[in-house]
Amino acid sequence: MEAIARALDSDLAYRFRRSPVAMVAGLVVVLLIGSAVFAPFITAQNPFDPGSLNLMNGFSKPMEPNQFTGETFVLGTDDQGRDVFATILYGMRISLFVGFSAVIFAMVLGVTLGLISGYVGGRTDTIIMRIADIQLTFPAILVALLIFGVAKGITPPDRRDEVAIWVLIIAIGLSEWVQFARVVRGATLVEKGKEYVQAARLIGRSPVAIMVQHILPNTLSPVLVIATISLALAIIAEATLSFLGVGAPPTQPSLGTLIRIGQEFLFSGEWWILFFPAMTLLALALSVNLLGDWLRDALNPKLR
Amino acid sequence: MDDVLLSVRDLVVQFPTRGGILTALDGISFDIKRGEVLGVVGESGAGKSMTGAAIIGLIEPPGRIAGGQIHLDGERIDNLSMDDMRAVRGKRIAMVFQDPLTSLNPLFTIAEQLVETIQTHLNVSAKEARDRAIALLDDVGIPAASRRIDDYPHQFSGGMRQRVVIALALAAEPDLVIADEPTTALDVSVQAQIIDVLKRLCSERGASVMLITHDMGVIAETADRVAVLYAGRLAEIGPVRDVIKDALHPYTHGLMGSIPTLAQEDDRLVQIPGAMPRLTDIPDGCAFNPRCDRVFDRCRVERPDPMPHGTRQVACWLYDEQQIKAAE
Amino acid sequence: MSDVLLEVKNLTRTFDVSLPWLNRVIEREDRQFLRAVDNVSFQIRRGETFALVGESGSGKSTIAKMVVGLLPASDGQILFDGQAMDVNSSAAMTQLRSRFQMIFQSPFASLNPRWRVRDVIAEPMKAFGTVDGKAAIDKRVDELLDLVGLGASDAGKFPHEFSGGQRQRIAIARALSSNPEFIVCDEPTSALDVSVQAQILNLMRDLQDELGLTYLFISHDLSVVRHMANRIGVLYLGALVETADGKELFKAPRHPYTRMLLEAVPDLEMTGKEQSVVKGEIPNPINPPSGCTFHPRCQYVAERCRNDIPVPVPTPTGEAKCFAVEEGRI
Repeated sequence: MEAIARALDSDLAYRFRRSPVAMVAGLVVVLLIGSAVFAPFITAQNPFDPGSLNLMNGFSKPMEPNQFTGETFVLGTDDQGRDVFATILYGMRISLFVGFSAVIFAMVLGVTLGLISGYVGGRTDTIIMRIADIQLTFPAILVALLIFGVAKGITPPDRRDEVAIWVLIIAIGLSEWVQFARVVRGATLVEKGKEYVQAARLIGRSPVAIMVQHILPNTLSPVLVIATISLALAIIAEATLSFLGVGAPPTQPSLGTLIRIGQEFLFSGEWWILFFPAMTLLALALSVNLLGDWLRDALNPKLR
Repeated sequence: MDDVLLSVRDLVVQFPTRGGILTALDGISFDIKRGEVLGVVGESGAGKSMTGAAIIGLIEPPGRIAGGQIHLDGERIDNLSMDDMRAVRGKRIAMVFQDPLTSLNPLFTIAEQLVETIQTHLNVSAKEARDRAIALLDDVGIPAASRRIDDYPHQFSGGMRQRVVIALALAAEPDLVIADEPTTALDVSVQAQIIDVLKRLCSERGASVMLITHDMGVIAETADRVAVLYAGRLAEIGPVRDVIKDALHPYTHGLMGSIPTLAQEDDRLVQIPGAMPRLTDIPDGCAFNPRCDRVFDRCRVERPDPMPHGTRQVACWLYDEQQIKAAE
Repeated sequence: MSDVLLEVKNLTRTFDVSLPWLNRVIEREDRQFLRAVDNVSFQIRRGETFALVGESGSGKSTIAKMVVGLLPASDGQILFDGQAMDVNSSAAMTQLRSRFQMIFQSPFASLNPRWRVRDVIAEPMKAFGTVDGKAAIDKRVDELLDLVGLGASDAGKFPHEFSGGQRQRIAIARALSSNPEFIVCDEPTSALDVSVQAQILNLMRDLQDELGLTYLFISHDLSVVRHMANRIGVLYLGALVETADGKELFKAPRHPYTRMLLEAVPDLEMTGKEQSVVKGEIPNPINPPSGCTFHPRCQYVAERCRNDIPVPVPTPTGEAKCFAVEEGRI
């Protein structure tokens, strides 16, 4: 309770209440994540359970009763009679799961390497940072495609759908760790020179203890900012890969997969199958990004 | 001609913050006479730099002058527009900061910066401006000034840079030089040189100096009069010798005792208990009352304004006439 | 038990300040070395305060770091209670480490901002295992806070809730928590206001009397040093130019640099003494003057000073490295 009260009274909370953009973006993010998490309680239909589908409902227009069954779907249905609203909620689950997992993976990897690079210095630092430089010269999508291709080559065809999501997470995570590593390395170099670190060295604390207990907590605010912005990037990267057909399989469609499926119907007049998932992706990525921008300003007012 | 160059009356500077309005300066009044060196001392947060910033109109927003008046040579300057203030700054009031690197542009040579300043404020040819610049550098004690004038700031040592900054400040022949901790970043041996230069040049040119510092020793060496600030208020102001030798305000008294000197024999330093209050919770009455060893009831409820006492003014109820009578 | 707690013999530290290899090749520059500490020797007796005073670039903080093992020495020896300090031998160091501590200059950077005061103070106890059990540690933290003039209720707070002086008290409590005999104080009050400085200096003297501590006190401020030290060493460009008993150094300084430093201190007594203006500035330590490094600024300079490096000559209470003193010219 005390912790909650302190959090509500913090500078961050104060700045949040003063920023309309952050509040709207925050609301959208909470709403979208909430509805994805509680999808089964919000829609009656599980669009990926073939038993719950009725082909007769295919191509229902938004807000109009279906010509055969008379059922009304707020956002319409696709060719197989899946409620677009339900597919969006379930698709968002995959998108968010991949996004969060990829960011956590990138964060753990990047923060660890950044801490080691900054604290140990010397040759270790050079090697880690050169790898990061090389990584940066490849576009993230290319890295992801490469990993995806390799993974596809080494997994047996019948298990591909199972591992697809995990490959996606690793591919996106690997393309984003550099950001974390660089920022943490920079912060570590600054903190390493401070006297509290010398005080810990003086009493013989081990390098690992100093890195984890002393330096790490003091590098976390920029990490939080990058994590938020990376989340938006990861969601978009996932959508891009899925749109290209190398991401989430049609049996577990993410927002990107939905957009890919939807664009097949765009020119035959069934616009809503593409439009609503695309708008959801836009709203999600934009809100998360705005939240990240606000967080960066709020945590470091001097950067503005 | 009026003898008073700068007059500050009831100056109030406030910052709106999350926790309410913070009063950084609360009713500061003082005068600086022509050719006089006024020292301003106080501990960090007492408002000494803020006073300087308020005079030259450089208070960082959202801070603002919320009350009082500042007159330079009889002309009110606290309510000037940004453009008018810019004309006053540099020309009539010059500034010397603690870190010489913040006052010098690393991308230009000393010659370029000095000549530009001279030509902006004085109507002279480029040739003459350069000659003046060299003479100035010579005056502030830069060896081989005619050669070194074409060097860049980074080619000078810390002490030499501060000399250049002083030359830059004096280039436009200002009436008042505000020096904010000009020697704090320097070694003792260099500090003595810089103080000497500042004091000599300003007296030669008849410029007044407002010397802001936390170092009483520097004040003793340099200033004619001294103003002691505490928690954004004026505690005591008067001739340096009187204030140092026989402080009236209990805070000044404690402050003087707490400075270790080369002459004293005592093993223990006098210490004032506690610390200066945060500006957000200044106690009622006299701001110093919780730390004061001579506190009495009136100090806790009624705020003392500076009251004349001999050559000085002191904001302390001990020196209120009625109080003195009652004591007799 | 020997009277001497810390002995420093011919301590030297050079830093490689060369340009990167590629620049050196292109600009045809040689490798450059900065001799930050040059052949410094001194002894500190049990229970006394030895002060090292010097201006920037004099090497005083580098010496402090080497003494506590934060920085390896390039040459020379440091003996703590007769045992050689060897940064590379971890077993011997662990044993020695619990016996000395350090108080740093900046009360803002010396406390981890994310740690509560209790954890800050308890860290050395936990690292050395001097106190066992959470209850015992908490009790000891409360005692230490009381000892440095803070309250037990402060243990749960974070450093940013305190003023500079209070933070320095916390840093002192941390330094005391492993019961050290010897504390290196690196400019402990230079970031503080004078009235707070007085509190901290008084506290440090009280603690010394109470706990029998030995201090190595590093400062640029002569009046603070005079107030704190029994013996004083004056550093100039990495070399110890004069050592003497505290009062004696101020009464009768020998070395011309010591004299100059004393002259430069602002005269708070306003005795009206004429101040001779100090000559010149500290030279670039990468390229120090030949012979006695002080000779370009010295008013007693002779031919010999330009060529030969002076050796210490005995003075009434210490020694000075100066030909003019040796020859009796001053």
